[in-house]
Amino acid sequence: MSAPLLAVRDLKVHFQVRSGGLLFADYVPLKAVDGVSFDLAAGETLGIVGESGCGKSTLGRAVLQLLPVTAGSVAWLGGDLTALDKKELKARRQDMQIIFQDPLASLDPRMTAGDIIAEPVRNFHSGMSGAAIKAGVQEMMAQVGLLPGMVNRYPHEFSGGQCQRIGIARAMILGPKLVVCDEPVSALDVSIRAQVINLLMDLQQAYGLAMLFISHDLSVVRHISHRVMVLYLGRVMEIADRDALFKAARHPYTQALMTAVPIPDPDKERAKPRVAVGVDLPSPLNPPSGCVFRTRCPKATQVCADVVPPLESAGPGHEVACHHWRD
Amino acid sequence: MSANLASPHGAALDAAATTEGRSLWQDAWRRLMANHAAVTGLVILVLIALVSVVGPYLLPWTYDEIDWRHVEALPPDMATRHYFGTDSLGRDLLARTLFGGRISLMVGILATTVALFIGVTVGAIAGFVGGRTDQYLMRFVDLMYSVPLTFFVIILMVVFGRNFILMFLAIGAVEWLTMARIVRGQTLTLRNKEFIEAARASGGSTTWIIIRHIVPNVLGVVMVYVTLTIPQVILLESFLSFLGLGIQEPMTSWGMLINDGAAELEVSPRTLIIPAAFMTVTLFCFNFLGDGLRDALDPKDR
Amino acid sequence: MNAPVLDIKNLIVRFATNDGEVAAVSDLSLSIGKGECLGIVGESGSGKSQTFLAVMGLLARNGSVSGEAIYGGVNLLTAGERALNELRGNALTMVFQDPMTSLTPHMKVGRQLTEVLIRHRGVDKTTARNEAVAMLKRVQIPEAERRFDMYPHELSGGLRQRVMVAMALLCGPALIIADEPTTALDVTVQAQILDLIRRAKDELDTAVVLITHDLGVVAGLADRVAVMYGGRLVEIGEVHQIFRAPQHPYTQGLLACTPRLDDPATATLVTIPGQPPNLQNLPSGCSYHPRCPYVMDRCRVERPVLTPGVSGGLKACHLDALVQGAA
Repeated sequence: MSAPLLAVRDLKVHFQVRSGGLLFADYVPLKAVDGVSFDLAAGETLGIVGESGCGKSTLGRAVLQLLPVTAGSVAWLGGDLTALDKKELKARRQDMQIIFQDPLASLDPRMTAGDIIAEPVRNFHSGMSGAAIKAGVQEMMAQVGLLPGMVNRYPHEFSGGQCQRIGIARAMILGPKLVVCDEPVSALDVSIRAQVINLLMDLQQAYGLAMLFISHDLSVVRHISHRVMVLYLGRVMEIADRDALFKAARHPYTQALMTAVPIPDPDKERAKPRVAVGVDLPSPLNPPSGCVFRTRCPKATQVCADVVPPLESAGPGHEVACHHWRD
Repeated sequence: MSANLASPHGAALDAAATTEGRSLWQDAWRRLMANHAAVTGLVILVLIALVSVVGPYLLPWTYDEIDWRHVEALPPDMATRHYFGTDSLGRDLLARTLFGGRISLMVGILATTVALFIGVTVGAIAGFVGGRTDQYLMRFVDLMYSVPLTFFVIILMVVFGRNFILMFLAIGAVEWLTMARIVRGQTLTLRNKEFIEAARASGGSTTWIIIRHIVPNVLGVVMVYVTLTIPQVILLESFLSFLGLGIQEPMTSWGMLINDGAAELEVSPRTLIIPAAFMTVTLFCFNFLGDGLRDALDPKDR
Repeated sequence: MNAPVLDIKNLIVRFATNDGEVAAVSDLSLSIGKGECLGIVGESGSGKSQTFLAVMGLLARNGSVSGEAIYGGVNLLTAGERALNELRGNALTMVFQDPMTSLTPHMKVGRQLTEVLIRHRGVDKTTARNEAVAMLKRVQIPEAERRFDMYPHELSGGLRQRVMVAMALLCGPALIIADEPTTALDVTVQAQILDLIRRAKDELDTAVVLITHDLGVVAGLADRVAVMYGGRLVEIGEVHQIFRAPQHPYTQGLLACTPRLDDPATATLVTIPGQPPNLQNLPSGCSYHPRCPYVMDRCRVERPVLTPGVSGGLKACHLDALVQGAA
């Protein structure tokens, strides 16, 4: 792996959540992301999986500095993004873009497709001529599989898949080096998902993009990622190369996730064993002591309640945070 | 949404030519035009506005001209060319009603425009910037709400003297409060939409986002509120005129005409009924138009 | 198949919109047997949900319906509100996608459950409470007595959906219609909810209609599968036949373009080209023809009717037999 484009170290994002109080509000910290570290190289995709409330979307936004970071560092080619002022950060934004889950909600309903795609260009290259912008937009549209003739249409006139292509074009037009994909295919129809996944992979190949691919769908993550990180209540449970993780998951949570994914094959689906986990997701305001997963874990013992498991190496590039991963 | 969401082949067909999209505004306009009550309202409003603006020039009498031959309330008379008769001072009622309409509509539209600008600006900034700014702005709005309107207008009148322009400012300065609250509420919901986040991620500044993304998206709601504010302002003006704080004689407005007419009710009910009819029809039409706009701009409700 | 619980014949659902009338479901016939699970697969706009909302008399105001849906000798489509209210929540129940919006927020879950029992079975309060708590235990809600007195917002999404399942099972229904029951849930919770539905089917001999876009969910639970496209049934058959030897190119395409955990990860996914159809402007002939790799001239002009396929089941396709394994 080449030198990292992005190096995230011990990143923490805590929100202050109001918890009653009579005259003055009491605040409790919600640790949405709590000490996450990873590297990302150019041309590499890191898949981030976890269930709702695990902090995966917060992590993506914190990396892009769209949310205030509580502690830790996000280094972009060695320079810490959290230390930049507004102006420097704006300049950096050319290199880092985001693609959202809801294709329609991420497009301004009052703007045409062309204006939406051109907006980043207008923000960064205010001197550019109208004709040059138009040419750039048309070329981008062709690349993401939209017909240039659709440039004057409005978002509501497109299907979900086409809207997502507009969102991808907007993210790609400045030629970014990193794209955070926040559940980019979850809201799409099954027959459209594969199209968008292929498009993202083609773009990555063509431009050497680094991608953070956030999803709850393990099948999709396995298909698109080079490395995969599993989050639970804001903490890393396991991180490994794609094949290592899917062949030999070490963490009970990863195992539970994988065996819970339904397989579109009636025989395999009915015969497959499952790692059962507890029903209740603990409140993120009051996470369990020690290992956060212990309340649902089939392997939990006393040590899990007392000691926070550190990330241990379980093979080359494979780290797992569990006291019992060797069992 | 006709052929647009269409099949991939629909898409292939327009590969050659650039097709024009249909914006949400165009869609809303189409829906508005399909609403008979709203269209009727709009047509009548345009007619009333036209007659009020042009009419006085075409009439033989002006609004402040006294027919010295009959200084009393006269019934309609074609010979003297007082088509609606005269008021108790012998002034042509038709000319006065039309001129009053001009003033009332002008007050309504101008004061609402003042309210629109202040309200949208304050509301959008408070809603989008949030935090301290929001707190201070909205507490100021609350404070203004608690000042009684008549009291406020009287103070303005005392300080600056009775003035036509002052009236727009006074009414506008009160009406913007509600506008600001509505816009703030809308902005708060918009602020969390992903397209706003996308705009931030692509390097848009706060001012840019407010102008480019927030304002166009709150305009729909604002327009509905505007059509409902104009009649409110017309009523407010007539109320102030009724208290003697509004327009000064010999200038007049519908509110004043109604006030005068009420005094003459037993002698010549005509002097009350005619301006009252004009005003009522106008208010009705604005309300129909407002309703129609709301339905047209919020297609989820259809 | 034994005597059908629900027999739908020539169902047509139309919606009056500003842009004219739209047929959401066209000429659909199918039946569900006792204790059988029928999976309904389709994308957004395929009419899969509208079919069963129509059967339950829950269409939006601008909808109109024709055809027959026979339950217990009664045509539900013409039965009238009174008769439907007797059946709904009692013999015919539904589980919706979003458990938050399908529970009344200001009522304790216990009361929402007991009301169903009191209304339909006329039992007294104590009996109702006992039965409701027993049902909550049955759907494996931990601390059922305590949860009984909670408000919906105090429960996690998974628990709320369990409550919904409990409510659907409460009166011992003949048919449960589950409309995307697990789409809003995390995978580990999804697996548990599907287990509950499977147990209800096996132990109580309840017929289940499982509406979903997720082929994996169908594979695990359904006995028969119906595939819908553009408001029509394009294929229906026994679950193994549908997954092993699909007879309609759309079914084949759907199976091929779904990334799955049990396959070796391939470089590019097979895709179905184009966009899902627009109901206001359906293609001529077979509505799938613009996206179909096997399209013939005949498909553009003549709409195929449901005919028996070579490997069993029914398919609406002009092809005599579909080559398997070549999507």
